[in-house]
This record gives sequence, C-alpha cells and structure tokens, in this order.
Amino acid sequence: MRNIGLIFRREFAAYFATPLAYIFIVIFLVMAGTMTFFVGGFLARDQADLQPFFGFHPWLYLFLVPALSMRLWAEDRRLGTIELLLTLPITMVEAVIGKFLAAWAFTGVALALTFPLWISVNYLGNPDNGVIVASYLGSYLMAGAYMAIGSLISAMTKNQVIAFVVAAAVCFLFTVAGSPILLNYFENWAPGELVQTIASFGFMTHFQAIQRGVIDLRDLIFFGSAIAIALTANAYVIDWKKAE
Amino acid sequence: MSALLSIQKLTKRFGAITAVDGLEFEVGRGEVLGFLGPNGAGKSTTMKMISGFLAPTAGTVVVAGHDVRQEPQAVKAAIGYLPEGAPAYPDMTPLSFLCFVARIRGIAEKDVAGAVERVIAQTRLSDVVMQPIETLSKGFKRRVGLAQALVHDPEVLILDEPTDGLDPNQKHEVRGLIQSMAAEKCIVVSTHILEEVDAVCTRAMIIARGRVLADGIPADLKSRSGAASLDDYFREVTDHA
Repeated sequence: MRNIGLIFRREFAAYFATPLAYIFIVIFLVMAGTMTFFVGGFLARDQADLQPFFGFHPWLYLFLVPALSMRLWAEDRRLGTIELLLTLPITMVEAVIGKFLAAWAFTGVALALTFPLWISVNYLGNPDNGVIVASYLGSYLMAGAYMAIGSLISAMTKNQVIAFVVAAAVCFLFTVAGSPILLNYFENWAPGELVQTIASFGFMTHFQAIQRGVIDLRDLIFFGSAIAIALTANAYVIDWKKAE
Repeated sequence: MSALLSIQKLTKRFGAITAVDGLEFEVGRGEVLGFLGPNGAGKSTTMKMISGFLAPTAGTVVVAGHDVRQEPQAVKAAIGYLPEGAPAYPDMTPLSFLCFVARIRGIAEKDVAGAVERVIAQTRLSDVVMQPIETLSKGFKRRVGLAQALVHDPEVLILDEPTDGLDPNQKHEVRGLIQSMAAEKCIVVSTHILEEVDAVCTRAMIIARGRVLADGIPADLKSRSGAASLDDYFREVTDHA
C-alpha cells in the first residue's frame, strides 16, 4: 500500500507539473457547461435536474480521458523511466494501480469542479439530490473504466499520439456498443445472442441506468470488472512489451 | 572474498536471436568488474537481467543470496542500478526525484533527508537540486542517475555506461566516486571506453555475442596482446567473435 501511495503521489503531481492539468480542467468544464446549456437545453427544459449535464459525460470522456491516459505508460517507455520504475523494489501490480489511481483521481478533481451546476440547480428548483449523487458516482465509475482502457492502450505503444487515437477509438466502441449506431450494423446478419452480448458492453446503457437514480449492483460490477480486467491486461502487456 | 553477485548459465533469447548465451561469472565484495564488449554484445541485456527488469530465458542471477527468479523484490532492494542513458522523470527536480526513490526504496521517513543529502554531496548535485531534470545538462542528468542508484547505499552496484556523454572532468569525478566506494561494494560497470577499465576496474571481462571471451585483471589481459594495450587486445578477441 505504501508503494501504491508513493507512485500515486508522483504521478498525480506530474499532471500539475505541466500545463496539462489546467488545460484539461478548463476544457472539461467549458465543454461540460456548453453541452449542458446549449446542446442539452438545460434552461429551456425548465426541469430541476442535471440530465442534460450527465447525458454528455460519455462523449466528453471519450476523448478527454484518453488525453490523460495516453502518457501513463507510453511516456515511461519512450523515456526509459520504465526500466527505472520496474527495477525499484515494487511489484508490477503496485505500479499499475498507483498510476491508474493517480489519473483517475485527477479526473475526479475535474468532475468535482462541476459543483456550481449542482448548486445552481438547487437554487433554481428542487432537484432529486439522490439522483444527482448517483449520477456523479456513476459518471466517476464510468470515467474509471475509460481510464483503465486508456492505460492498457498506453502500455502498448511508446507513441503518445497513437495511444490517444487508439484509446479514443476503443472508448468510442464501448460507448456506442449498446446504441443503434453499432447495433444496426450487426442486427441484419448476426445472431440475436451476439447482438445482445455486444449491447451489454455498452457504457452508455449501464450509465443511463445509474443516471435514473437506480444504483443496480450489476452496473457497478460492470464498471468495476471493466477496470479490473483492463488493469490486469495492462500488467501483462507491460511485462510483455517492456523489453522493446 | 564472498561472491555478492553470482551469474549462473544466464541466457536471454529474443525470438531467434540469442543476446546472452550461457554467461557464468561471480563478483565479490571489493571487486570492480569492467564489462566490455562491442555494441550489441549483450552487456545491457545482462545488466537488465541482473537488475530484475528482464526475466532470463534460462539460468539465473543470485544477488546477496537472493535468486532473481524467486525473490525479485529482495534482489531489487539489494541493487543500485543505473540503466543505460540514465533515465529520470523530466518533470521532477533532482531533490523530489531522489526523495521519491529513497522512500520507495524503503528508507524510513526520518532518514530520507539525510540519505538524499548524502548522495547529493557525493554526486555534487547541490547547485541544481531545485531545477527540473529536463533542463539539466547531460552530465548532471547522469549524476542524478548515479545518485538514485546510491541513495539506499546498496551492496551491489550495476552501472550501465556511467560516464557516457560526460566531459573529461566529469568522467574523472565519476571514476573517483566509483573508486571511493570500491572497497565495501561489489560493482559492475559496463563501458566501451577502455581507458576507464585501467582507471577503475580491478577486473575486466570482454564479451561478444553474449559469451565471455576474456576475463582477468586488466594488466593480465594487456600482456596477452602483442602490442601490450587493452585496445589491441579488445580488437584481437572481438574481431573473430
């Protein structure tokens, strides 16, 4: 645990050592606000809830999370610091979890800074704050799943741009897996079970359930296991690719 | 003399290429082994296996009584390792970087400052401790790499080209530092600068294609060559390898 904490602190501080942290937070907040007010019609709907805000989170995470995750391992591999890190007396699991938690916590900071919207909606009406808390929790869990996928893809390459583009593409597939965008393509020829299986991987489907204020254990397990599987694969990929 | 580092039939293959081929040797306390060989001879690969970064295809490494296959953490804890190119986190300052390494190396919180101050003095980094590592010159970066390898005062030091890219004064300083620690540690230094072997090593080993071609005290190796220079001997044995 001590080692995970030390790696977490180093990685978390690394985000703030460059302008990346501030640029990310500003862009996240501006885009979340723009989507909520101008695309989601937050005011025009005349309803005291944050549906228009949370509804766009999968689309925001889709390219903002890969922007954070792309450096996680690709940078270490390019700089050679991976050799330094993995010859310190720590385990691979500690390294993977420490780095992941730092990036995930950073996303948490950006998400937490959207609190003025929560205050606004409480000022304007009487929203169901239970639903809002559940949505924040679901959104954060979903961000973790995107981050774990991004971390895994970052481990596969030394090139951060490739890590970003591939992670964004893979995250897109997971985002739309449960929606007509992808399912229409399969429905015409694939067996029903396959279509259902693909649909069950959709991040949006699971997030929408939580967003309605229903915290179903299955949705939590879905995001939790997505994180666990991606991070396990992450550790194997580093072990396999580190010599290159 | 007790062997702190023992390498047994160490082999590493990358696909069809055998980078290290059944290497065997021992290094004891008080020895400074100069690890020589042409580029691609397997020096760095051997050092990566000793440090626990790469897993051997066959054979093993025993450091201070711990087998790298069974107790990788214990081996990593006993070693101070300077990887090739002295990588360090560019966004950190030498001070924060060394504190990070010291803590992760298990040094108690109250002793971290002392340990870091000691290596900063040893490697003469005090003028740059607050500058981001990415802004430092090559020489300082190399010294930061050396400092992180020394911060936990390890018994075994594995240094991959510690003087590469340094100016003559810096080379002299690093050699002096290695010599000053030689008596109580077991040190393996890879280099292709042969004068370095004369300057700091008590023993030299020439390898090529992953095999030992010559092993002995530098003066002995020199005398085996007609021209009585290590340079000539090196060319003689590696040309036909």
